[in-house]
Amino acid sequence: MSEHTSNYVPKSGIEKWLDSRLPIVRLAYDSFVDYPTPKNLNYWWTFGGILSVCLVIQIVTGVIMAMHYTANSALAFDSVERIMRDVPYGDILRYVHANGASMFFFAVYIHMFRGLYYGSYKAPREVLWLLGCIIYFLMIATAFMGYVLPWGQMSYYGAVVITNLIGAIPVVGPSILTWLQGGFAVDNPTLTRFFSLHYLLPFVIAGVVVLHIWALHVVGQNNPTGVEIKSKEDTLPFTPYATVKDGFGIVIFLILFAVFVFFAPEALGHTDNYIQANPLQTPAHIVPEWYMLPFYAILRAVPDKLAGVIAMFSSIGLIFALPWLDTSKVKSMRYRPVMRWFFFLFVVTCIGLGWCGAQEPADVVFRMGTDNLGQATGISVTVVSRLLAAYYFLFFIFIMPWIGLKEEPLPVPASISEAVLAAHAKKKG
Amino acid sequence: MSTDPNRRDFIYIAAGAGAAGAVVMTLFPLIGQMNPAADTLALASIEYDLSKVTEGQQVVIKWRSKPLFVRYRTPKEIKEAQDVDIKTLRDPQTDAQRVKAGHEQYLIVVGVCTHLGCVPNFGLGEYGGWLCPCHGSVYDTSGRIRQGPAPLNLLVPDYTFLTDTKIKVG
Repeated sequence: MSEHTSNYVPKSGIEKWLDSRLPIVRLAYDSFVDYPTPKNLNYWWTFGGILSVCLVIQIVTGVIMAMHYTANSALAFDSVERIMRDVPYGDILRYVHANGASMFFFAVYIHMFRGLYYGSYKAPREVLWLLGCIIYFLMIATAFMGYVLPWGQMSYYGAVVITNLIGAIPVVGPSILTWLQGGFAVDNPTLTRFFSLHYLLPFVIAGVVVLHIWALHVVGQNNPTGVEIKSKEDTLPFTPYATVKDGFGIVIFLILFAVFVFFAPEALGHTDNYIQANPLQTPAHIVPEWYMLPFYAILRAVPDKLAGVIAMFSSIGLIFALPWLDTSKVKSMRYRPVMRWFFFLFVVTCIGLGWCGAQEPADVVFRMGTDNLGQATGISVTVVSRLLAAYYFLFFIFIMPWIGLKEEPLPVPASISEAVLAAHAKKKG
Repeated sequence: MSTDPNRRDFIYIAAGAGAAGAVVMTLFPLIGQMNPAADTLALASIEYDLSKVTEGQQVVIKWRSKPLFVRYRTPKEIKEAQDVDIKTLRDPQTDAQRVKAGHEQYLIVVGVCTHLGCVPNFGLGEYGGWLCPCHGSVYDTSGRIRQGPAPLNLLVPDYTFLTDTKIKVG
């Protein structure tokens, strides 16, 4: 709705005075009060608002924790323990921050799958989608560096494994690795630079979020029909309709969040991170946080180091290319009977990859017998990861462009309000 | 704008080139500060007395924040390492290239798996050397990669024998 004109009328004297100098109240009014939203938005659309809340929670708790944390490899572990035991409310703040990261990723994944299902990345929303991808990439970097800060065993070896990925680059890899780590291994210089960047990047994310919302407000929101807004009948003002709906969604989300913080604060963490980092002893099994597991599974699925690293980065890179991979003329998969099944299979694949990432590579998933030592034989986690990784890439590179050309979509409603009225009539019987 | 070269074009090009040069000069300290600092480099070489290691033992010492495996190999292990046909190896190296002549019993390697940097466990795996528990890379008694995803042999650091039992690493 780029043609949306401002309906803001400054009332009080101070509003009139400010409006002709810095029309910031007008901007807020036009963006969050009077802004026309499609009237058929469902609850999958509340995750945008939920994500904004997540970012604010992370920044607030993070800034506070930085007041108590010490970024030094000799003191970091103990300073985190001090936050947990001695700092007033320190344990709550840390648990909110740590579980907040999980909640942030949980919400962003739903937000992304929502975009994928309803074709929110298609014209004219390509830039909006790219900005979202950049936010996601920054989130991964921020979460990774934050996870390293407590300087536990899992933190330390997470940093070792991920920085060593750079070493896979031919010829210059090892030099870049030394430069990146600030020494010959992950050590104090690595920790201090990670802390600096972990503090910086959330503000960069906030900046890109502003661009993301700006781009959203230029092209207007997508909606479950995937049909663009055509008239005033298709929309409702943001306030009170979207505000109240998002508010309800946020409250439900915060309840789930609170359940984790108060009743299972360690459920999503790894116990090994309560052992102080020891460069001379590797944990038996190195795993990243749950939200990175699918990519970790793709990394491990490839038997070659460099190829594994390339596969992992391209699995994230492909998301950026999505607007140009989808050839369908119809946005919403509601009207794409074939594609939606491949989409659901894709969701299952991502969850399956996540599960594989948490297992040991040689573990047997489907038991087919026993060898002469009595050990189970059959299809291992590595084989399952390879199959799932193959579908992951196939989905983007082959299925998406090909189905888009071949599929016969269902008839798409002429407008949002027509779809809403039809659904209403159907419900009445 | 006119296509004739004139004094204004010269000013644009000169200013642009000057700005580009200034940006490059600024990048040197900004990028260079990430390199290992002098105190890190100062600890980059250590001396070690090998008489502390007994036959069949592995000692782990810390060097450049990494574990260094000092391994006193048994004659059987040395023979196993020497008898391997190097054509079958992923990263072909003879055992002689990995130890100092006259000191074949001492194998000194950086204890970091060449896959993703875990610390391999000693005495596990099929080849009598090391097994990395993370992704299953197996190294032999010469620290050479034999199975699993790691692309290279365990790194042999630069070291010299100062006396018969004393080495300087780095």
